[in-house]
Amino acid sequence: MSASVTAEAGAGRGEAETSEFLVEARGIVKKFGAFTANDQVDLAIRPGEIHALLGENGAGKSTLVKMLYGSLQPTAGRIFWKGEPVVVTDPGRARDLGIGMVFQHFSLFEALSVTENIALALPNASDMNALAARIASVSRDYGLPLEPRATVADLSVGERQRIEIVRCLLQEPKLLIMDEPTAVLTPQEADQLFLTLERLASEGCAVLYISHRLEEVKRLCHASTILRHGKVVARVDPSKETAASLARLMVGADVHAIRPKHARVAGPTRLYVDQLDLPANGPFAVALQKVSLELRAGEILAIAGVAGNGQSELFDALSGERRVDRAGAVVIEGEPCGHLGVGERRELGAAFVPEERLGHGAVPAFRLSENVVLTRDSIFADAARRLLGFLDFRAADETAARVSSAYDVRKGKPDPEARSLSGGNLQKFVVGRELDRKPLVLVVNQPTWGVDAGAAALIRQALVDLAADGAGVLVISQDLDEIFEIADRIAVISRGALSPGYDAHVMTLEKVGLLMGGAHGGSEAIEGALKLREADGRAY
Amino acid sequence: MRIELEKRPERSVLMAWASPVIAVMATVVTGGLIFAAIGKPPLQALWIFFLEPFSSLWSIEELVVKATPLILIGVGLSVAYRANVWNIGAEGQFTMGALMGGIVPVFFTSWQSPLALTAMLVLGILGGMLWASIPAFLKIRTGANEILVSLMLVYVAQLLLDWLVRGPWRDPKGYNFPKTVNFEDWQAMPIFGGGRLNLGIVLALVAAVALAVLMRRTMKGFEVRVLGEAPRAGRFAGFSSDRMTLFVFLLSGGLAGLAGIVEVASTVGQLQPNISPGYGFTAIIVAFLGRLDPIGVVVAALMLAVSYLGGEAAQVALGISDKAARVFQGVLLFWVLACDTLILYRLRIVRSAPAAEGV
Repeated sequence: MSASVTAEAGAGRGEAETSEFLVEARGIVKKFGAFTANDQVDLAIRPGEIHALLGENGAGKSTLVKMLYGSLQPTAGRIFWKGEPVVVTDPGRARDLGIGMVFQHFSLFEALSVTENIALALPNASDMNALAARIASVSRDYGLPLEPRATVADLSVGERQRIEIVRCLLQEPKLLIMDEPTAVLTPQEADQLFLTLERLASEGCAVLYISHRLEEVKRLCHASTILRHGKVVARVDPSKETAASLARLMVGADVHAIRPKHARVAGPTRLYVDQLDLPANGPFAVALQKVSLELRAGEILAIAGVAGNGQSELFDALSGERRVDRAGAVVIEGEPCGHLGVGERRELGAAFVPEERLGHGAVPAFRLSENVVLTRDSIFADAARRLLGFLDFRAADETAARVSSAYDVRKGKPDPEARSLSGGNLQKFVVGRELDRKPLVLVVNQPTWGVDAGAAALIRQALVDLAADGAGVLVISQDLDEIFEIADRIAVISRGALSPGYDAHVMTLEKVGLLMGGAHGGSEAIEGALKLREADGRAY
Repeated sequence: MRIELEKRPERSVLMAWASPVIAVMATVVTGGLIFAAIGKPPLQALWIFFLEPFSSLWSIEELVVKATPLILIGVGLSVAYRANVWNIGAEGQFTMGALMGGIVPVFFTSWQSPLALTAMLVLGILGGMLWASIPAFLKIRTGANEILVSLMLVYVAQLLLDWLVRGPWRDPKGYNFPKTVNFEDWQAMPIFGGGRLNLGIVLALVAAVALAVLMRRTMKGFEVRVLGEAPRAGRFAGFSSDRMTLFVFLLSGGLAGLAGIVEVASTVGQLQPNISPGYGFTAIIVAFLGRLDPIGVVVAALMLAVSYLGGEAAQVALGISDKAARVFQGVLLFWVLACDTLILYRLRIVRSAPAAEGV
């Protein structure tokens, strides 16, 4: 079976093109009720072209791509494949045409092997040994090293992405769609991915590349289509643009630059973590190993790292959602509280913003005023009321209104359910709810994940202002641009171990990348980390 | 053409109220079809089943008597289900409540004082709590599924009752019938009027109002709702889901136990092998039909009580098996759960041909 597919596809690539473009979308309109997600969108991609699709969150990129891949149908407009009109009825049809897609969120079974995962996606794959051999050869050819027998749970995020790419490559695609592929990769892993994509393009495969990282788009892509509010606003050659001009096209205005705060004054210690160990609480979780850090008043300490290296575990341990037996492992405002729960830590002046907005930071089905109560039960059930534990709904309403107006939370009615807000607006609310309490320590995990540029700028400014007012702010983030924008010191978490914190001005993207690879990597990484430590006398 | 479910941005307030009404109407239509299928005149049968129970004072009184245990159990279950804790074993907790409360009349038959009745009620509550604490404890300690454990304990409780009334607790003057002594005077619920209407309904309404206040206005109710809706957010708020599991099991078990002792100290009048026509299971339907809201439960309990009375009436008038009531309850639960989908989703009819072809 494998031999025949390869032969067919080989013949397919040799075919004469009937049109200049491999795929063309003309006048695509997609409406969801009254909302128009795509409005007269045209998109054309040549064979062998790496084409960037740029736009803010909510600009309509995903909607457009889903129509190309057949998981949504356009309200109006047509799609042409090699000059012929086609109807992509479903993803199966897209794959038959030769369209492959690598999603931002992988759909892999962690307990199965690489080969088994790929076999599940292929029609009539029965000979596992032959398939494993093909996986090995394809992954070797394209510089995507993969061990077919490895269990997915043991693999890094970068390796998991390779599985998804190899899965597409086995179907010999003529168009490969990649949705934010580098969001989860270290800089070094991203470089490797770019080589693979360039190689694919040189063989005639077109790539539709969705990203908001403008530097890499400039470097990699031959053409770009920029969407804003569902419409095409520009088609430019990204290599001839600057990152700033691309950003302007995407946003439609100059992106608000974060005002730097005044020179840092080393204030008293707000949060101190001493040799914190936390066992993994599941087969796929990460154990924290001797994590130590010190957060002083007036500074922002950022923790960089690739997703799944212990960030959520660290957050849970700091917030008190998971407690440790040793009280001194976590010290907030001089008070040992490793054994205390999240409510008691809040009473010490700490506030927390988790990564997941819906279901963790807020209850989706609750109104905003009810969600206010979530993190300040101790305030509403005050001494007189605590006996019976009655809620003060008026105070909750007032707080919700105050937070909404202070942090520009846009909503359709005065007190909507949390789930009806857009990601950016809900995040502004969840962050604002904590800032409203004037915390002394703020721990925030992925503050601007999946948030549009305007909301992200507002949130980052609020964090900078909070630190300037004398609080200690700990930001756990995967977004290196964000970290370099706001952090005073940067530490890197890798496989549950935390590097020392280095002054932001001595850190470079490359050094962070090496630390992300972790001291468990090659000797090069350790050497790099050691040099870095020598270079920065201020690291403790 | 196909029908699609489209997610609403928020839950629909209109549908939250309309859904139970649609469910009841759909049940009536389904019921008519069932009657027609077994060869009974559908309209007459529906009349006997659903409307005759309201036609006389006696049957309205009887309706309230039947609704009493359903309210007591249903309000407790509605709180438990709100917390996403699935106590399916209220029937067993009901039985244990009856059994524990029965200790007073069985062993202290001559103790006649208001205190005796109070002791019976307290023991009934404790019996239900005790039985409910077993699935709660096993879930917290070992992660055992509370649905299975609480359900299986129903049969254990029923067999224990069966053995006691046939053996050690049998009334020595009872001609060898499997029953205990009769519960009389201060060892039975005070009666209002001449029928079977008793103090139980007052206890049930007090419980419903108290839990309605708890759920709507207090921190504890907030905690129940948060942990039920989003356990992770509950942990973030500092609530403990283990303590919540224990709390709602004790609450719903205690109320089921109270229903048990109220029932045997009034309508039944003694302990015997069969003390309930499945109130503990019917109350599950009551809780859902009442929107998991204590006040809604009171209304739903009255409606389900109709199906018991209607079932009896249909048995007499039409010669239908008394299992017809169970069938109706099942059909009703089916429609309630189906219609609840409409609260978060709207129906949309989609043309089968994709639009891309046309324009």
